[in-house]
Amino acid sequence: MSSDNAAGGTTAPAIPSTHPLVSGTVGPGCAKVDPIVVADGVSRTFGGLTAVDVAHLEIPRGKITALIGPNGAGKTTMFNLLTGFDKPNTGTWNFNGRSLAGVPAFKVARAGMVRTFQLTKSLGRLTVLQNMLLGATKQPGENIFTALVRPLWKSREAEITIKADELLARFKLDAKREDYAASLSGGQRKLLEMARALMSDPELIMLDEPMAGVNPALTQSLLGHIKNLKSDGTSVLFVEHDMHMVTHISDWVIVMAEGKVVAEGPPETVMKDPAVIDAYLGAHHDTDLGDLTGGPDLVEDARAAAEEVHEHKHHEEDKS
Amino acid sequence: MDWGNILGNAVGELISPTTAAYALAAIGLGVHFGYTGLLNFGQAAFMLIGAYGFAIPTIEFGAPLPVAILCALIASVLFALFLGIPTLRLRADYLAIVTIAAAEVVRYIVTTTGLTEVTGAANGLSGFKGTFAASNPLPEGTYGFGPFTYNSYDWWVRIVGWGLVILASVLVFLLMRSPWGRIVKGIREDEDAVRSLGKNVFSYKMQALVMGGVMGSIAGIIFILPRAVQPANYTTGLTFFIWTIMLLGGAATIFGPIIGAMIFWVVLSLTQGVLYGAIESGFLGFLSTTQAGQIRFMLVGLALMLLVIFRPQGIFGNKKELSFSV
Ligand SMILES: Nc1ncnc2c1ncn2[C@@H]1O[C@H](COP(=O)(O)OP(=O)(O)OP(=O)(O)O)[C@@H](O)[C@H]1O
Ligand SMILES: [Mg+2]
Repeated sequence: MSSDNAAGGTTAPAIPSTHPLVSGTVGPGCAKVDPIVVADGVSRTFGGLTAVDVAHLEIPRGKITALIGPNGAGKTTMFNLLTGFDKPNTGTWNFNGRSLAGVPAFKVARAGMVRTFQLTKSLGRLTVLQNMLLGATKQPGENIFTALVRPLWKSREAEITIKADELLARFKLDAKREDYAASLSGGQRKLLEMARALMSDPELIMLDEPMAGVNPALTQSLLGHIKNLKSDGTSVLFVEHDMHMVTHISDWVIVMAEGKVVAEGPPETVMKDPAVIDAYLGAHHDTDLGDLTGGPDLVEDARAAAEEVHEHKHHEEDKS
Repeated sequence: MDWGNILGNAVGELISPTTAAYALAAIGLGVHFGYTGLLNFGQAAFMLIGAYGFAIPTIEFGAPLPVAILCALIASVLFALFLGIPTLRLRADYLAIVTIAAAEVVRYIVTTTGLTEVTGAANGLSGFKGTFAASNPLPEGTYGFGPFTYNSYDWWVRIVGWGLVILASVLVFLLMRSPWGRIVKGIREDEDAVRSLGKNVFSYKMQALVMGGVMGSIAGIIFILPRAVQPANYTTGLTFFIWTIMLLGGAATIFGPIIGAMIFWVVLSLTQGVLYGAIESGFLGFLSTTQAGQIRFMLVGLALMLLVIFRPQGIFGNKKELSFSV
């Protein structure tokens, strides 16, 4: 594993510090006091491209953790690997102390680690309610034989319908209950997917850009819901490009760039980490990432700048 | 032209055992494609396996009726597993390729002369109806009225055939309103989403494949009860007729396959009657009856195209629930 974690030219070392979530000093790949996920040496290459190369990563339990990084940093690939939707070239990881490497995706979900997708996967020709009910666990009617005898699954169906209605109301989808999911707008599908994932009361919910395309007013209330999840004891790991949301709700931020974890820390300090600024902004060091609050334009600018630098760097690499 | 006869034959197709067999095979294909999204292009093979699986034990070993039926069912389950285990983990299109190829393979196998002793090769099999005829509780004689006048055996085939169609429809109805049905429909929409919710997608796809395949093989048994086993009947053409019927009625509907099969056979019978009548009366003198037979199936192809273009959801399908975007 390369020790040159801080991609790019900065030499300023992260100020050694401690944090209640961390056992030891804060830094990329630092050990947590109570981790729910621990990953070691996870790598995934696509042809010549190393999409993920994470030496060590721990996700704290019962907290909201943000996974950020420029486009193409490997966040979604990391999600896919952890949840069994993709197979790594190397690496092991465990969830609640149980090794999940090589475990099929549906078993990962049953173990309590449920994810959503960046490109929403709503089940178009099922109604919104049916989408929700599909997310529930322990349904006797999912067995082909018990399915034939309605009394055997009716009561569980009633229970999960109540639960689904509660969640739909919370996500402002109750009016759409009987509509086909295909008729929802893009943002509504994001909401549906998140609500559906919550039907199984996961221990860890992994959200890939949950707020992309959701209007600001609803974003505010969703931020509230995510915080409520935390108070209910659910751990949250989410990918997000909106710095405002990240700073607002996360307890911990992990930054990836070019497949590696380049920085970690509480949101207030991680935005000021030179490695992060470098990953996002490259040479534009005069901009403070913490200033990129809310204003989508600024975030877009930062993203664009980061991408530009990304390309620039590849050019230089090619030359050398 | 003898219109009375033409119409009588056409109406007779409404309850013919062949229509029942096609309806049942289409119900099975509906479980595959309409509900679960599995692209099975080998439904003819399941029918073939049902036919031979029933006929061979009966002829060779004098197997009693239930044993012969059980043989056919077990053979089709094994065939479904054989198709599904390697392909159901892959993308949907792979199943399509494998089923179409496997269907041709089994057809060539039963046609090889090396197996003439067992399968009768190209001549097929006959003399397997004894056990089924013996199970007939109806007294000897001819019953019915008008075009629906049949002897005792023919009635018994119709009763059993349509009884099985109703049974299969009820089964599909009960399953598809259950959480099990919700999962397979979810798989049809996006199997990764279903997987992410903790459902064993492979297992559900396999269950659906086996169930629809078993229905196909029972259809295969009904299909041969009024005739002999003929390997030439089980070409990909048969599969595409079943597809036409399923799409005509509506892929994910309960009554679609039944009504689809009725329309299909009534229309085929009508066009045959009219074309043959026209040829006889010198009206279409330039056509031979063989050519007329082929024209009928060209019309089927044309109908399928028009259907896909103008009414993709079928007759019973919900317009919002278009069954064509797999
Ligand atoms: N299936 C694939 N085949 C080839 N390359 C892939 C594949 N999936 C991802 N990659 C590559 O891996 C890298 C990481 O992609 P990934 O989707 O993980 O990024 P990300 O951090 O989620 O980005 P974004 O913020 O834009 O969603 C990218 O360079 C991408 O091109
Ligand atoms: Mg992504």
